[in-house]
Amino acid sequence: MNPRTLFDKIWDAHIVVPETDAAPAVFYIDLHLLHEVTTPQAFTELATRGLSPRRVERCIATMDHSTPTLPADAEGKLPYASVASEQQVDALRENCGKHGIELFDMGDARRGIVHVIAPEQGLTQPGMTIVCGDSHTSTHGAFGALAFGIGTSEVGHVLATQCLLQRKAKTLAIEINGPLRPGVGAKDIILHVIGVIGVNGGTGHVIEYRGSTIRALDMDARMTICNMSIEAGARAGMIAPDEVTFAYLANTPRAPKGAAFEHAKARWSQFCTDDGAAFDREVKINAADIRPTLTWGTHPGTAIAVDAPIPAPADDSARKGLAYMGFQASETVAGREVDVVFVGSCTNGRLSDMRDVAMVLQGRRVHPRVRMLVVPGSEQVKRAAEAEGIDRIVRAAGAEWREPGCSMCIAMNGDIVAAGQTAVSTSNRNFEGRQGPGSRTLLASPLSAAVAAVTGYVTDPGVFLSDRIAETI
Amino acid sequence: MTAFTQLESACVVLPNENIDTDQIIPARFLSTTTRKGLGEHAFSDWRRDASGQPRAEFPFNQPHNAGRSILIAGRNFGCGSSREHAPWALTDLGLRAVISSQIADIFRNNALKNGLLPIVLDEAIVQELMLRPDDVLHIDVAGNTLRTPDGRRFAFPLDAFARTCLLEGVDEMGYLLARADAISTFEQRREQELAHAG
Ligand code: SF4
Repeated sequence: MNPRTLFDKIWDAHIVVPETDAAPAVFYIDLHLLHEVTTPQAFTELATRGLSPRRVERCIATMDHSTPTLPADAEGKLPYASVASEQQVDALRENCGKHGIELFDMGDARRGIVHVIAPEQGLTQPGMTIVCGDSHTSTHGAFGALAFGIGTSEVGHVLATQCLLQRKAKTLAIEINGPLRPGVGAKDIILHVIGVIGVNGGTGHVIEYRGSTIRALDMDARMTICNMSIEAGARAGMIAPDEVTFAYLANTPRAPKGAAFEHAKARWSQFCTDDGAAFDREVKINAADIRPTLTWGTHPGTAIAVDAPIPAPADDSARKGLAYMGFQASETVAGREVDVVFVGSCTNGRLSDMRDVAMVLQGRRVHPRVRMLVVPGSEQVKRAAEAEGIDRIVRAAGAEWREPGCSMCIAMNGDIVAAGQTAVSTSNRNFEGRQGPGSRTLLASPLSAAVAAVTGYVTDPGVFLSDRIAETI
Repeated sequence: MTAFTQLESACVVLPNENIDTDQIIPARFLSTTTRKGLGEHAFSDWRRDASGQPRAEFPFNQPHNAGRSILIAGRNFGCGSSREHAPWALTDLGLRAVISSQIADIFRNNALKNGLLPIVLDEAIVQELMLRPDDVLHIDVAGNTLRTPDGRRFAFPLDAFARTCLLEGVDEMGYLLARADAISTFEQRREQELAHAG
């Protein structure tokens, strides 16, 4: 057989009916993740047609977008942002109950942001096809799965038939080699990549991230990278599984155990790009060129090194972005006064992100002007962080330690940034008003975010941390 | 879905590039369990000022644009989330086609499922069309062409399957359900393979 890419192998293994010029392929889906916002209309569609889900055991549901991150009151009532939000949550509960779909409901120790919990539970496995009515489904590609976001009509298609109509995507290899500089992590890598290839640089493609820099990352970091593939316009992002992946899976509740795990591992190991397989496009990046990276504008392609001058606007859209954000060309993002810091989301709401924050906040105070929210991505992340005392460090520094959910990433649940305020956020989108009408968002790593919270200004975490190391010598 | 063969309309122009789904329908309006009524909230943060009053200069607030069913937008339209609420909001506004030099993948997919035709043309042509919003454009789905009043025709890419679905009003759910036997065969074969491998 001809050498194939990781994407080719997964694609080939899931074809029910091959594509032709006249029709797309009928493509099989192994795992379907559901949440409250993009599913109610799909269940209604099923009901209207008198259909029921084909394979409920391949569906898992959670509550995350509309859910409060503040605890229940004395009567046990959760502070929902609106009646509509609560109704959405109720609708998912009812739909799951009616069809027998497993739901990680409010109060369940496994609940959390959909892209945090499925990997945590070991539901996400190499070689799988995974979909969810959410564009950041690309996160699961970190395990060598083909995972992508779908619309609500397609949620209905997968519920009813376990299949989607798909045309094969093109492939884009992004190869990153070499050691990372101090203060630079996965978030900086992916922001840098989007800055290089642009917000439509991946359109029509599935990205495979490769190279020694990627191989050296842990699973949390790999998920951060695959998560933001969609911000480069790509359909999905993926990383071939290796010992790091298998070690992670071995510790999850739903992965196979004992001899079955060894068999699974042997099968999973085949999901890699063969030597000599061709990609439609290739981009090479030197890790030494990546600096702590944030965004200055109103889309993720405006990524820039923390101390680099913002370029003169090349077009109207860049001019509008600068004006909206209140930046001038040739300024740096370093030095920008900060009002809000948000650490969380499916991009950076995992235990390693919480640890980065704790490392900076330990023994320090959040700047008096700054409101800082730290929101673990799942109940499991929250418990693990609390077991390490991270909640106490966060609270002692004057930041808020919240209940798990999407929170300020999408600002649907009442956690919002006020108009005109500047937020440094570890989430994935800096669109106008994403964190509340008139809010201004700078995307950043957890390290950059925590350092901004402490100093009150966007600050190079590399410099801050080397000073910190100097202090302790 | 009803059949979609022809469309004739003047245009509404939003020249901004990278119009993302958070602009098309801000997240705070996603707390709904139906598909209807989202047009009222489309482009909410551009249509109304902070006090909720309509901004007179915004194209969808201008009386002469009422009833127009073609939107011309800057490059990379519909980037961002997979929310189908974006095409639902646009069709609820009465739109049937969006013209841009680049349209994001998931948005394009979602649009086609809701009878909203994504039309990608060269940047230069899009720029020219933007300058003449009052021109009545003629869109022919069968020929995947757009005709300007001076008789010029521009072809746009349209997947053969998507075209058939639009022309015949076929929906994808029906198409997939009709392949239930192939799906069962696939599932059985795959379970055997996995059992064998395991
Ligand atoms: S954290 Fe943000 S990006 Fe991730 S699923 Fe939630 S809303 Fe979407």
